[in-house]
Amino acid sequence: MSLHDFTQVLAKTPFHDRLALHSQTQDWTGWNGYQTPRVLDTVASEYFAVRSSCSVMDLTPMEKYLITGPDACAFLNRLVTRDVSKLKPKRVTYAVWCNDEGKVIDDGTIFHLEKGVYRLCAQHHQLDWLMLSSIGFDVTIEKDTHKVAALSVQGPTSFSVLTAAGIEGLEKLKPFGIIHTKIGKIPVTVSRTGFTGDLGYELWGTPKDAHGIWDAIFTVKEHGLFDIRVIGLDTLEMVRIEAGFIMPGFDFNTAETTIRADHDRSPYELGLDWIVKFDKPYFTGKRALIKESKRPQKRCLVKLIAEGNKVPTSAFLFDGKNGNKIGTVMAQTWSPILKSSLAMADIDYNDGKPPVEIWAEIYYQKELKWHVKWAKCHLQNAPFWSHPRRSKTPPNPV
Amino acid sequence: MVQIGKTNNYDALIIGAGHNGLTNAAFLAKAGLNVLVVEKNDYIGGATVSRELETGWKYSNCSYVCSLFRPEIYQALDLGRHGLEVVPIKGGVTFMQNGDYYGNYHHHEIRRREIARHSQRDADAVIRFDADLMKWCRLIRGFLLRTPPDPTSFKPRDVMEFGYLLKKFHGLSESQLYEFMRFFTMSIGEYLEEYFENPAFLAHYSGGSVIGTGLGVYSPGTAYVLLHHAMGDVDGNVGSWGFAKGGMGSVSSAIAASYTNFGGEIRTGAEVSKINVSNGRATGITLASGEVINAKKVVSNLDAKRTFLSVMDKDDLPSYVIKRAENFKIRGSSGKLNIALDGLPDFPALPKGSPLTLGHMHFTDSLQRLERAYDDWKDNRWSADPYTDTLIPTQFDPTMAPPGKHMMTVFVQYCPVNPEGGWDETKRDAFGKTVIDQIAEYSPNFKDLIVHTEIRTPKELEAEVGLTEGNIFQGELTLDQLLFNRPFPGYAQYRGPVKNMYMCSSSNHPGGGVMGAPGANSAREILRDMKRKDTTPEDFGDD
Repeated sequence: MSLHDFTQVLAKTPFHDRLALHSQTQDWTGWNGYQTPRVLDTVASEYFAVRSSCSVMDLTPMEKYLITGPDACAFLNRLVTRDVSKLKPKRVTYAVWCNDEGKVIDDGTIFHLEKGVYRLCAQHHQLDWLMLSSIGFDVTIEKDTHKVAALSVQGPTSFSVLTAAGIEGLEKLKPFGIIHTKIGKIPVTVSRTGFTGDLGYELWGTPKDAHGIWDAIFTVKEHGLFDIRVIGLDTLEMVRIEAGFIMPGFDFNTAETTIRADHDRSPYELGLDWIVKFDKPYFTGKRALIKESKRPQKRCLVKLIAEGNKVPTSAFLFDGKNGNKIGTVMAQTWSPILKSSLAMADIDYNDGKPPVEIWAEIYYQKELKWHVKWAKCHLQNAPFWSHPRRSKTPPNPV
Repeated sequence: MVQIGKTNNYDALIIGAGHNGLTNAAFLAKAGLNVLVVEKNDYIGGATVSRELETGWKYSNCSYVCSLFRPEIYQALDLGRHGLEVVPIKGGVTFMQNGDYYGNYHHHEIRRREIARHSQRDADAVIRFDADLMKWCRLIRGFLLRTPPDPTSFKPRDVMEFGYLLKKFHGLSESQLYEFMRFFTMSIGEYLEEYFENPAFLAHYSGGSVIGTGLGVYSPGTAYVLLHHAMGDVDGNVGSWGFAKGGMGSVSSAIAASYTNFGGEIRTGAEVSKINVSNGRATGITLASGEVINAKKVVSNLDAKRTFLSVMDKDDLPSYVIKRAENFKIRGSSGKLNIALDGLPDFPALPKGSPLTLGHMHFTDSLQRLERAYDDWKDNRWSADPYTDTLIPTQFDPTMAPPGKHMMTVFVQYCPVNPEGGWDETKRDAFGKTVIDQIAEYSPNFKDLIVHTEIRTPKELEAEVGLTEGNIFQGELTLDQLLFNRPFPGYAQYRGPVKNMYMCSSSNHPGGGVMGAPGANSAREILRDMKRKDTTPEDFGDD
């Protein structure tokens, strides 16, 4: 579609034709202005593709920025809370960035593609913030979301599938590593990254090669070697909660879009203390975060397991059954692999400590009749799901 | 000849059947009072009016779109059942001199792509801008249906109101508070340049900040005026505007219908010459005909200048009020063209089937051109290259033109009150031609389609509607004339300088625009003084 096109609300990614072919439901939604499948077949079949075979997801709508120039590293180090100077070439790291008040603007991943050449992947549109932040740095920032066709290939057989599809060198690729390689004859960059908490890879090519990359992967399925399924956003939501990944704009309100005071969140309030580093040069928000680190924590986005089998959808949380309100569930799912009800919840801390007891008031319906149930919730520190195969190198061929 | 009305001793008498006068009257009548509205024209509505000047075409002669009208008032006066429909307007466009255009599409994602076509950075910056603007909107919206506190008073009510005001501010962080003060005092040009880089986009966004004001895009204080055009909503969509079906006269006629349904009375063709005052108390009015009508409360819906300098006797007023009224800033700066069209004009710059003509059309693509348009006005000329807000409501509303024909409303900024030698027909036509020529630059068949044109300069707006200098807001919307300073410090609570006399026009808080809020707020104070049940609605609230 041309930029002048006003007849279609959502733009199509380079994989659109293939997605449409695979979609039995034609159930689409918008993601950063692109038409994206919500569900293509059923959530159950797509979910188990991630957890027990191989899933493919179109990552193109993810915001991407190419950052180059002599100050690229210094600029990124000023932008994000963690120390980017330690990120070696061909490595990837997760990061968040804040405004001057130390409130999180967005999160994403930084790819050190080649020495001095970085790609920042973000949830939301960031060009304005990156440009504002770049004042004084000799750096070039290019939004290249449209110029990169990206696929996420995840699941226990993803290594075997991609190897069968002709990608060489995967056996040596460690988690958060990058290789520039080929799939068949098509040049492609592969990173061992993902949003599922499982073994998985992300493939980065050019839009003109999109069909070639896609077809190389699905030829493996046609040969009957492995089951490979395309997944949509509904499945991604389940597996990312299981993996304990947060979603800015969904689990919390991003700083740039916050209108009401106190509706934004700091990295501490998101449980991201581990990527706030004060032993590095000044970064945006540092002063506010130093101050905050010395105060008792007011609240936190936490992981909860709710007892029973009812999912605490947007539930209010209390410090006891029928107690005082202490928070809200921001995201939730039933976990088929854990047979548990999982939630990401924004809860108030008391004197810097999480509440002793957390109860969810869950509304659910059966045959259109609404019921309410109380479920005790348990705080979880580690991700709900993380399989050893995620980090084993070389991965076991399946 | 002295005419005797149904009764000659009303509980309340309102001068001027504009939308605020009618709103005020409706809430008083709803409370069971015996109310009369007098109107100098033979028709009601003031500047909220639709008239047929060319057979088959109806114009919204003055105000032309609706957004600020408080939904609380709409609901409380049951205006839907009395015939008011407000249909959301879809987007808009700024035509560029280089043949391109910026399309302000109503759909978020298409609009985003369109902004990115001009500047990728602006497409992202608009997220920051929208959130910031919404912060100020949210803050100010909470004050619309409230009487401003008197900060010098120690009355418990004022103290409580002041507390509310402070609490509203308290919801802002310290840095946001500083930002808010900057926003209140900055020019729209400088404010927007802190966000955006594309000239056409800057021009598109800034136009709303100079509409109706005697200020330019680089004049301090214009950033706030943007808020005045962005804080309204149509069904909760803050910032969107709507067409009143049948034209803006439908707003007045619906309020009038609600009012008469509550037993209220309206007399048209009844110009007031004087508010009668005896022993420091208003007792009623004298009409131009000489007829005297008595009322327990007299409410002026005229602007502050006309109220205090024209229909009140100087001897009845404190000199402070006379001086303030004389100094009240109410500069006329706008004109209006209402055009009957034989068909829909083509705009070849737009792709075929483009929805952009459904919304606000502008033909000014840079802040520099906007500022030059203002320079002309300062030199007492109409802008040679004016800023216009042009709409064709008949694309939605079949009731305003014969089938297949259209009506175009063109709001024009800037137009002087008194050009050298004064207004005459030749000058008025030359002003109209300037505007028509500008539109024709972008629409080759436009001139051939024109069936009839109503050209209105500030002179006509003053003569017909009674707005001093033709100022559409009944007084500049600058900080010195807002909140507890509107119209003057000490008189911001709708009570006049003599007992039993009140004000309900847009010269009072929260100011101009078809909002109904001054009328409703004033009614609340009157009912409080009369110890009557408050029939005015409470703010729905944004949170």
